[in-house]
Amino acid sequence: MKLSQGVKMAWHSVYSQKLRTLLTILGIMIGIASVTVMVAIGNGTAEQVKSQMQGLGTNLLTANVVGRGAVTSITLEDAEKIADIDGVSAYAPVISGSVTAKYGTTTYSASVIATTPSFAEVREYSVAQGRFIKEIDGAFAQKVAVIGSEVAEELGMSNPVGEKITLDGVPYKVVGVLASKGSSTTGSNDNIVIVPIQTARVVLKTDAIRTLYVQAESEKRVDFVQTMLEFHLQTFFRGDEDSYTVFNQADLLKTITEVSTSMSTMLTYVAAISLLVGGIGIMNMMLVSVTERTREIGIRKSLGAKQRDILFQFLVEAAIIGGLGGVIGVLVGAGGSSFVGKWMNSPVAPSVDIMVIAVAFSMGVGVLFGFLPARRASKLDPVEALRH
Amino acid sequence: MSAKQDQQCLIRLENIYKQYEMAGETFNALDGVSVTVNKGDFMAIVGPSGSGKSTLMNVLGCLDRPTSGTYYLDGAEVQKLRDNKLAQIRNYKIGFIFQQYHLLPKLRVIDNVELPLVYRGMSARERRERCREALEKVGLGDKLHHLPSQLSGGQQQRVAIARALAGRPPLLLADEPTGALDSKTSREVIALLKELNEDGNTIVLITHDPSIAAQAKRVVRISDGRLTEERNEAS
Repeated sequence: MKLSQGVKMAWHSVYSQKLRTLLTILGIMIGIASVTVMVAIGNGTAEQVKSQMQGLGTNLLTANVVGRGAVTSITLEDAEKIADIDGVSAYAPVISGSVTAKYGTTTYSASVIATTPSFAEVREYSVAQGRFIKEIDGAFAQKVAVIGSEVAEELGMSNPVGEKITLDGVPYKVVGVLASKGSSTTGSNDNIVIVPIQTARVVLKTDAIRTLYVQAESEKRVDFVQTMLEFHLQTFFRGDEDSYTVFNQADLLKTITEVSTSMSTMLTYVAAISLLVGGIGIMNMMLVSVTERTREIGIRKSLGAKQRDILFQFLVEAAIIGGLGGVIGVLVGAGGSSFVGKWMNSPVAPSVDIMVIAVAFSMGVGVLFGFLPARRASKLDPVEALRH
Repeated sequence: MSAKQDQQCLIRLENIYKQYEMAGETFNALDGVSVTVNKGDFMAIVGPSGSGKSTLMNVLGCLDRPTSGTYYLDGAEVQKLRDNKLAQIRNYKIGFIFQQYHLLPKLRVIDNVELPLVYRGMSARERRERCREALEKVGLGDKLHHLPSQLSGGQQQRVAIARALAGRPPLLLADEPTGALDSKTSREVIALLKELNEDGNTIVLITHDPSIAAQAKRVVRISDGRLTEERNEAS
């Protein structure tokens, strides 16, 4: 018997049992569909987080200072000493807090980052209009501010550069607007007002530096710089390691990658279980089908069908049922993914690889679980079968 | 047996036994059957139910193997062949006509008739041609795309005959072909078989009905697994 003829014959049988086929493939279909959706969501989230992390710069180290006893922060001079390490390309001490920004009669609550000009380089910010803060602004404690695009928008400033705003009542002159960076896990990147660190005392009522960004020259130098940074901090806090934490961007990326990998592994288990359940469904249906079609098998055998012809016919039927479940499942899953992406505002990245694998596996499951019934059919004695 | 006779001979059963175990006792369904059927014969095997005629039909049709004895079909010794080889013999050498027609209800007439040729691996075009020819022969050239359920009993049996003819096998084996038909249709089917025999087909007909058997050129009677020659026009 020819292959195409066998497939045609099997399709005919599957098609003539529409409802039963549909119910049988439901298990595989639901399994594949849910895995497709979950993978799309998982991939989407992982990709989003990753791109945000990369936005921060991978060579970035963040030192957070908690302090010890009376010394709970570092000063600008301390920061300079601490960051004096070979292989550091830039560092930026940060004093942050939130204020109410006011332009005309419009108010908006924004976070203020009081820092040095190298902050732009370290955190990879660029200005869309005007300029960033400069050394000279700090040297003369100039009350100038660079505002995020969101702040400019919320305050209703059409042409912000040169305009006056107040931050908690302290007047500042806007000298630049940041280019938009979007949101990250730590909140909006565009909702900030950057001012010279020397003016922090006036606007934030503190000059305690709690955060120090340090950028290594290259990825290779990150570990060295981190070690040295930790050493300097340890010396500064006289051996109290609880007074500070140093955060490595690359470590964080690794953690996220690990999380998404373990999620994929878990999804694989879910898929495997649903395929197993679906496969048992196929086997069950095929066994019933073989019993019901005993006479048909007898007729086919009397007309000259060999064992392998019958085996092949039933295996192809099982593969078609499995494959149909996979295809419909993937289609439903793709629909579900775009639904989730659109209506639940969750980032999705449907994976074509997973879809192809899913369909192939479903077919494989069909063949695997169809084998026992198909073998039983092929072994039927024609005399007995015809008597049915 | 001379070589010439051997050439003419299609079926030769020699001392065929078929035994079944029943409640610990051995029961001979076929008790030393020997018979020869020549090419072009139209032989009827008559016997009541339980006489062993179904067993004989299964052995003749290569659906079952005898316990002992030899069976030559078209020059080949078939009683020892393996299942797959037997399937091939059925496919090429035998056209079955069953009492219950045994058509596949979900397939159209043409697809039913095609089945033996599908298992031969014949090309679609050749199959179509042969099937159309066979269906025209039985007078159903206009019912190619009907389902069996849309046909009458007599028409269904004629489809089954067309299916048996499609493979052009040397032997047509009819098992109670009129058992499910009324007397008028029965006569038509028997007339068709006679016509096919006149065209040169060898037919073995199994029946319990003496009036049907009377239509054949040759009649053998089976009872308790033994054959007795009743009438042979050729001899």
